[in-house]
Amino acid sequence: MTVARVRGGSFALVRPSALPGFGLTLGFATTYLSLIVLLPLVVLIWRASDLGVEGIWRVAISPRVLAALEVSFVTSLLAALLNAVFGTLVAWVLVRYDFPGRRLLDAAVDLPFALPTAVAGIALAALYAPNGWIGAFFAPWGIKIAFTPLGIFIALVFIGLPFVVRTVQPVLQDFEREIEEASATLGATRLQTVFRVVLPALLPALVTGVALAFARAVGEYGSVIFIAGNIPFVSEIAPLLIVTRLEEFDYAGASAIAVVMLAISFVALLIINSVQALSRRRYDGA
Amino acid sequence: MRETAVSESRPLQWLLIGAALAFLALFLVLPLVAVFAEALRKGVEPLLASYADEDTIAAIYLTLVVAAIAVPLNLVFGIAAAWAIAKFEFHGKSLLISLIDLPFSVSPVVSGLTFVLLFGAQGVFGPWLDAWDIKIIFAVPGIVLATIFVTFPFIARELIPLMQEQGTAEEEAALTLGASGWRTFMTVTLPNVRWALLYGVLLCNARAMGEFGAVSVVSGHIRGLTNTMPLQVEILYNEYNFVGAFAVAALLAGLALVTLAAKSILEWRHAEGLSTARRH
Repeated sequence: MTVARVRGGSFALVRPSALPGFGLTLGFATTYLSLIVLLPLVVLIWRASDLGVEGIWRVAISPRVLAALEVSFVTSLLAALLNAVFGTLVAWVLVRYDFPGRRLLDAAVDLPFALPTAVAGIALAALYAPNGWIGAFFAPWGIKIAFTPLGIFIALVFIGLPFVVRTVQPVLQDFEREIEEASATLGATRLQTVFRVVLPALLPALVTGVALAFARAVGEYGSVIFIAGNIPFVSEIAPLLIVTRLEEFDYAGASAIAVVMLAISFVALLIINSVQALSRRRYDGA
Repeated sequence: MRETAVSESRPLQWLLIGAALAFLALFLVLPLVAVFAEALRKGVEPLLASYADEDTIAAIYLTLVVAAIAVPLNLVFGIAAAWAIAKFEFHGKSLLISLIDLPFSVSPVVSGLTFVLLFGAQGVFGPWLDAWDIKIIFAVPGIVLATIFVTFPFIARELIPLMQEQGTAEEEAALTLGASGWRTFMTVTLPNVRWALLYGVLLCNARAMGEFGAVSVVSGHIRGLTNTMPLQVEILYNEYNFVGAFAVAALLAGLALVTLAAKSILEWRHAEGLSTARRH
């Protein structure tokens, strides 16, 4: 390890340090990162660029791809919005109230992170199928949940919940109760305090959580395909269409859809980031 | 009880708790219960019989092998990356941190696709691999690569913030007292981060064993050869062998529960050993 010590000190872009191993660890980390993560992604973009911007655009606006993108992005957005409401509620209850089983519940929130997606997928399909525990309730009313976009929505709510709870929870934990007292002292009702003082402070975290849940939902595959029914133009999600194209050995088509998905997600994250920066500035300025 | 200035009235509290509980019961608890209920639908004996299936045993074995390769590699990477990022000041550090998180924002299916584009028959290295008779896609190496990709950030992102909080003073003291760099790392740094390390390994392992999308794209679904447990779940399910599918699913759900329990114990008992900036 003395070799690394010498190299660590001689690296021009690094502030001198007494600690050894900089060159070795940074060299290994960047090489590994480049080989495992960057090289594959560069190849994806390079492969899609074979089609040219026009070719990618033509793939993107072909009816089946457009339909799949719409299903993916719309159901993901709706699921993220439902999670915004219930995720905040769960975070609120976990932080503010004391009740038996609170810690168990807190731990259970991470279940969607820990449960393999395929397991969640078949469990949800079994529950919401017309003969399942929940599906059977709705079947007599003519409401189908599994094998429709509604099923996709359910799976994406499951997948996204912890993102919202885990981003809102710490902010709520650190929120100073004095501010609420001040609001009450100034004559606000409890409802006014919650909606005009507490929730605006949570907003940046909430937006982040919703964005994370949305991004995860757009790319989600395992938990969705079992419950979706996978009917083209109705309940076919974009990741599934990529798999279908691959099975047809249409590598360029698969890459084009993948790049379009990455691009839309990237733009969505950019918009969300700027909205977040804006709301934070407004809150801090107020 | 009347509502106070900074809290809700008792009935409203119970109403909100009830709503949160109902939501979590519907979306989290019920699917979990369904896994075990469906596995036991026809009784204990058919369930146990499905664990004797040769392909299922092969899938369990492959899952263990893949995790046993992917987790240690990402562990070494996580430690190396955290050492460089947390203990030194250099240009491009924040870019490196964002790049490490990149696999989390890529759809698992897209991650699998990138490896097909690299190593598949029509891929960049396809002809070369073919000439040397090396199989990566539709074989175990592809599954390992895809798993490494999707579990890439887990350990690094637990270690980096914690080691940043801990600074370099203790290591500098050890070096001043004459310890070698390696000894300093083993006796000072490693014990300081052991709980965060374990935490990262737990999450990394759970995802490595449970990954579906990325692995599904590169596996080729060859029975007894390239099916991991999640893929075996899919195959059995699509064959309407529901008891078999839920039997394997129950094992994976058990793994998830063990992971959650261990993770919660670490959070409760060793919170000071984990980073406060930990995101999940």
